[in-house]
Amino acid sequence: MTGAAAPAIQLAAPARGGRVAATLPAALLLVFVLVALAAPLLAPADPARQSLLARLRPPGFAAGGLTHWLGTDELGRDLLSRVLHGARVSLLVAFLSVCVSGTLGTVLGMLAGFRRGLAEIAIMRGVDVMLSIPPILLAIITVAVLGPGLQNLVLVLGLTRWPRYTRVAYGQTLGVATLPFITAARLGGARGGRLLFRHVLPNILAPLIVVATLELGLMILFEAGLSFLGLGIQPPTPSWGAIMAVGRNYLASAWWIATLPGLCLFLVVLAVNLLGDQLRDRFDPRSSVR
Amino acid sequence: MARFLLSRAAQAVVSILGVSTIVFVVMHLSGDPTLLLVPEGASREDVALLRHQLGFDRPLAVQYADYLAGLARFDLGTSLVQRVSVASIVASRLPYTLLLAAGALAVALGVGLPVGVVTGVWRGTLVERLLMPVVLVGQSMPTFWSGILLILLCAVTLGILPASGADSWSALVMPSIALGALSMATFARITRTSVVEELGKDYVRAIRAKGVAMTPIVLRHVLRNASIPVITVAALEIANLLAGAVIVETVFAWPGLGQLAIQSIAGRDFLVVQALVLLASFTYVALNLLADCLYSVVDPRITLLAGTR
Repeated sequence: MTGAAAPAIQLAAPARGGRVAATLPAALLLVFVLVALAAPLLAPADPARQSLLARLRPPGFAAGGLTHWLGTDELGRDLLSRVLHGARVSLLVAFLSVCVSGTLGTVLGMLAGFRRGLAEIAIMRGVDVMLSIPPILLAIITVAVLGPGLQNLVLVLGLTRWPRYTRVAYGQTLGVATLPFITAARLGGARGGRLLFRHVLPNILAPLIVVATLELGLMILFEAGLSFLGLGIQPPTPSWGAIMAVGRNYLASAWWIATLPGLCLFLVVLAVNLLGDQLRDRFDPRSSVR
Repeated sequence: MARFLLSRAAQAVVSILGVSTIVFVVMHLSGDPTLLLVPEGASREDVALLRHQLGFDRPLAVQYADYLAGLARFDLGTSLVQRVSVASIVASRLPYTLLLAAGALAVALGVGLPVGVVTGVWRGTLVERLLMPVVLVGQSMPTFWSGILLILLCAVTLGILPASGADSWSALVMPSIALGALSMATFARITRTSVVEELGKDYVRAIRAKGVAMTPIVLRHVLRNASIPVITVAALEIANLLAGAVIVETVFAWPGLGQLAIQSIAGRDFLVVQALVLLASFTYVALNLLADCLYSVVDPRITLLAGTR
């Protein structure tokens, strides 16, 4: 193990790229969040307003005093407005499901690590089992049973994606639970929930944030993927995945419908992944080579 | 050795039981699985009749026992839509998905492993700086976007490959690349990490001190020791490829299990969907077990470590 430590520390230093490049992923993500929040203000048109005369217009096409910078879709709706509103849906679903799964997973992991005994065995076995079902298939079958829509999507992703947090929270809690300050807090009268949330949680939060960031990227992909398959956000609500599914049928005549939302999706996932890698390097230098 | 494998096999059985239970619970989430199986707008009498025929009106515990007993006999039920056994429907589509997964795995390993080794050995050089962004892009590209871009480039613009279907071998090329890209990135990263870690160890320094050149060291010693994490990941990745096929097969209209899953959901043929989820999960568990067995072949020390635990 000591042999591995040396190169890892070497790499953890933020030498390559420089400071400006290091802030790029966070900045890009911030732009996406701001755009998502301000979508109704930024969008040049109502994302649901159809205009059958202006169907499948290429990017930059001007009609009726309005320039369609990214063109129009098969119903003549302004693609830019739909992509902007799509960012809202995408980030909202991803953020909410990360909150649900993160909270659930962390609490379960802390319980397993702190209570030990039967709770530990039951929870950690559950984690193993959950992790052996391919996540996208589990999401697909659950959404298919419950029915599509934003609420169910968050519910499904939130309730199926907790095991990764549990694993990390469990391992971290095991490490923290025996430290003297926990004993001190216990002697001071803290117990149960207070002990877990006030004393254990702040000390295991950093690696959990890394997991949450990486999961956020996955959740964005899952929402888009499920919507692409017709199981996620339902029309007419704009979602990148759903727009791309329609655009796939018009590839030969209107390339922009499928490719441009995909580009946004790619950029936001790239930004989140880069940010996750940076956070991992900072909080967990040992695994930085990955 | 035997004890180690036996305990792993026992874990696998527990996992399979757990997966079956979760799928059972999910199928009952809506309250009445019968409603998933009938066409929308079916009359109340028909639903009640079907519920009785399928046994969904029995106590949950009985249904669960019956379901597990069926699984133990490899009986996945009969499709209500197509009136044939679910197993035969799945079997008819399986070869296509296996072919696609093999193609994707070839792309992933064929590109990922060399990239991982090269970036690991030449860490901090121009080669690494040029190749790592490729890995990062492969990792962040949603498969349905890369698939669409490939269709646009190779089928619509250049016209050299068919956009969809499975009529010729050339139709396999694009889906394999789209599906394999993510695994490629994973293989490259894991291989790189593992190679870097091995290169820092004392035995490498010792052989170098004896005057052995870098290439034989990497090929003969480092790669063998670095292969363990790669084997683990390969097991997980094959399962991921099978699951990822759902989206890729939809993009390219590839007639495999993924497309079957989506068609079955649309056609309310839930027993087929259930069978597919079970199949993918069992494959995952089986591959993990296989990886565990392979470790001890590659590195005899593993069994010793497991024995002392």
